[in-house]
Amino acid sequence: MQASQAAGHAGHHDDASHGHGPTGLMRWVTTTNHKDIGTMYLWFSFVMFLVGGAMSLIIRAELLSPGLQYVSPEFYNQMLTLHALIMVFGAIMPAFVGFANWMIPLMIGAPDMAFARMNNWSFWLLPPAAILLTASLFVPGGAAGTGWTLYPPLSIQMGMGMDMAIFAVHILGMSSIMGSINIITTILNMRTPGMTLMKMPLFCWTWLVTAFLLIASMPILAGAVTMLLTDRHFGTSFFNAAGGGDPVLFQHIFWFFGHPEVYIIALPAFGVVSHVIPAFSRKHLFGYTSMVYAIAAIGLISFFVWAHHMYVTGIPLTGQLYFMYATMLIAIPTGVKVFNWVTTMWRGSLSFETPMLFALGFLVLFTIGGLTGLVLAMTAVDIQLQDTYYVVAHFHYVMVAGALFSAYAGLYFWLPKWTGHMYSEGLGKLHFWLSMIFFNIAFFPQHFLGLAGMPRRIPDYAQQFADFNMISSIGSFGFGFSQLLVLVVVFKAIKGGVKAEARPWDGARGLEWTVPSPAPHHTFEDPPAFDPAEAHG
Amino acid sequence: MTRHSYKNREASRLRRGPAGLLMAGLFGLFSGVANAAWEISLQAPVTATAKRVYELHSLLTWVIFIIFVGVFAVVTWSLIFHRKSRGHKAADFHDNMTVEIAWTVIPTLILIAIAFPATSTLVQMRDTSQPDLTIKATGYQWKWGYEYLTGDAAGVKFMSVQSTPRDQIENKAPKGEHYLLEVDRPMVVPVGKKVRILTTASDVIHSWSVPAFAVKTDAVPGFLRDTWFRADKEGTYRGQCSELCGKDHAFMPVVVEVVSAEKYAAWVAERKKEMAAAAEDPNKVWKLDEQLARGEKVYAATCAACHQPSGKGLPPVFPALDGSNVAKGPKQAHIDLVLKGKPGTAMAAFGAQLSDTDIAAVVAYERNAWSNKLGEVIQPAEVKALRGK
Repeated sequence: MQASQAAGHAGHHDDASHGHGPTGLMRWVTTTNHKDIGTMYLWFSFVMFLVGGAMSLIIRAELLSPGLQYVSPEFYNQMLTLHALIMVFGAIMPAFVGFANWMIPLMIGAPDMAFARMNNWSFWLLPPAAILLTASLFVPGGAAGTGWTLYPPLSIQMGMGMDMAIFAVHILGMSSIMGSINIITTILNMRTPGMTLMKMPLFCWTWLVTAFLLIASMPILAGAVTMLLTDRHFGTSFFNAAGGGDPVLFQHIFWFFGHPEVYIIALPAFGVVSHVIPAFSRKHLFGYTSMVYAIAAIGLISFFVWAHHMYVTGIPLTGQLYFMYATMLIAIPTGVKVFNWVTTMWRGSLSFETPMLFALGFLVLFTIGGLTGLVLAMTAVDIQLQDTYYVVAHFHYVMVAGALFSAYAGLYFWLPKWTGHMYSEGLGKLHFWLSMIFFNIAFFPQHFLGLAGMPRRIPDYAQQFADFNMISSIGSFGFGFSQLLVLVVVFKAIKGGVKAEARPWDGARGLEWTVPSPAPHHTFEDPPAFDPAEAHG
Repeated sequence: MTRHSYKNREASRLRRGPAGLLMAGLFGLFSGVANAAWEISLQAPVTATAKRVYELHSLLTWVIFIIFVGVFAVVTWSLIFHRKSRGHKAADFHDNMTVEIAWTVIPTLILIAIAFPATSTLVQMRDTSQPDLTIKATGYQWKWGYEYLTGDAAGVKFMSVQSTPRDQIENKAPKGEHYLLEVDRPMVVPVGKKVRILTTASDVIHSWSVPAFAVKTDAVPGFLRDTWFRADKEGTYRGQCSELCGKDHAFMPVVVEVVSAEKYAAWVAERKKEMAAAAEDPNKVWKLDEQLARGEKVYAATCAACHQPSGKGLPPVFPALDGSNVAKGPKQAHIDLVLKGKPGTAMAAFGAQLSDTDIAAVVAYERNAWSNKLGEVIQPAEVKALRGK
């Protein structure tokens, strides 16, 4: 977005420093500018989103009808593994890091991120990891076919594609940790004078908590996959009962990372929605303080519920009870957030531009996903639903709605700031309605499939599951192809369109709207005066 | 006990109950379709525990439905009446302690209320004490092995392998009624008896699951887990492996036949007779032709899933046997590999699954099939000699 913008209009903006740096490709390789790096993160995540999306279409094509049609079961397993790894680590996480890079300095009145060169390195670690993951499809034995959870002993049986996935996870982890240190340092040290932590925009708050979650959980994942690596190649027996190890140990370590990971994805999404809903309701966020406490509470509790992913592994009854109660506890701060958004809209002056539509879509779908999460928290019910399509439906409602819809809300919200042009509202609304309708056609029937007992991660199924699977496949094709509309919208906005004002949304608050659109290459070289009217609290 | 009062009539009432209504309501498009294939809730329960789980799920579905409707009634009101296009001016209010305490306390009370039935159901589910009958279920890539440990059938053991013909899976023949959910030999248990299932696995993690019993327990290699059920109704109940276990994860169903006490006794007698008949003289000296015929059967049932009927395998994970160094090399090493497996690969140790006679036959088959024409006969005694070495 900023990419072609800046390349095409270099010098348009009053900034002399452009002249010094390298041009062309080297500009992007060597850049330390938070806006350039944010742009690269966003493009990278979109490319990965298309790759991961294509894999999901292969999965849904195979599941269109019973019987094996297009792919072998081995290849099917590789597709479902890579689809998940690429979507989680390649698409959703980098998308929100992209938002953080672009928006956090603009929101807090800082000239750039705290560690600008490390920022460049955090980004450029991603492409090698993505290449390792996708290239693993072409090595002997193919990619890991274990599911993104990489459970041993199955992961011990895999070929070298598994090792490539392990190294990819290591590299992605390094990138995330460096990015997190950068974000924490920037937020804690570089806020403009007068902006106290409790006057800081909520998006910054969600990222502050997320960055701590990342620093606490990524090393744990790195440790788990390293133990896998040594079990595979160096004769250790961490996860091998014959050598005194335990396969279930891996699951404990993995989910100790894996559950915070869910909130690493969800919290920044909450942050974006907490900007969009007040802007289009033309009101202050109802309970800023309680939102901050809810974010912190969710972040904290997320470390104490990991074994609710493991109710059927044979953990003792007392363990099941503890994890059930702890998991139910998460519903309380999550409820606080939903109620706050709803009350923010109450008696507002609502308008329904595309960012608001996506934020509302997020609210509906995320609430459904959260409520089915409550059903799954009940151990006795979860035992029926574990590893069925009910779980698949649940986490797609949370992840696709919680992350993707909110990322789209953010994209449409800030696109005028990035490109300097208004996007096409008609295309944006079309994109929203197609996404919303097809998403539900694709994923709602999966609740029924799971209840009726269809296991997940199978390339073929019994005939009583045929009808809902066909509907789900049709919905997913519609959903997948609708996403190409975003490309059209973004390219049109980069090329031209109605000139965007500094504050294109009359209800929007925050320092980012005080700089011109498109945002100049360098902003806030001197800390701006903090105007309490722009504060969120 | 609810177990005894449980009736079919109740099952159908339950099925059309709250969960059904909710789902139909949220997905109105299909609410009118009354077809078995459009099942929208849990399978009809046939144990007391499964019935409680069914009721708990229905209760929860009602609760979340009401919460959803409540929250979005407020949202819808805002969307209609508080629009800018109707000229609604934004009020400016925020932070109200009373409201914020209310929406923290009320959900907490709802959660506490739910926790009671959720806890008691779980405690009941986990009580595996005093079973009438204990069966060990072992997960293999990709079949289940059952061994009856106590009761009349103690000692009965067999493999339970999916029986759906390959042609149906590859869409070359019309699919049968129980496509993918049928096995050659189901687990058979008596009706009304408490059956405890011990699970374990020989290679990777599997999960033994029968939805109608509300039973699902991982089978973890090297460890024993347990679960139980007491089926109230005779019939055939079907489930599937529920933990990704490699390429044929979709093709290892669980089938349990619940029969009357008399039928069960007859089944036990028949199994015992069959096992006695199958017991072979381990010292029998085999000839090549009869051994190859036997070996081909063992190969098809045990080896062909990975190494393929053609012997070409699926390299590099599942190596070819046709022309391989092992199948054409020294026979001791070949027998040893089949007996003990190869750690760190998908090659399991088959010593515990197959008899000496079967291992001798399958090794001989592998050394004589395809282009491996070695002409060797392998006697069960040779296998026996290598066991435990």
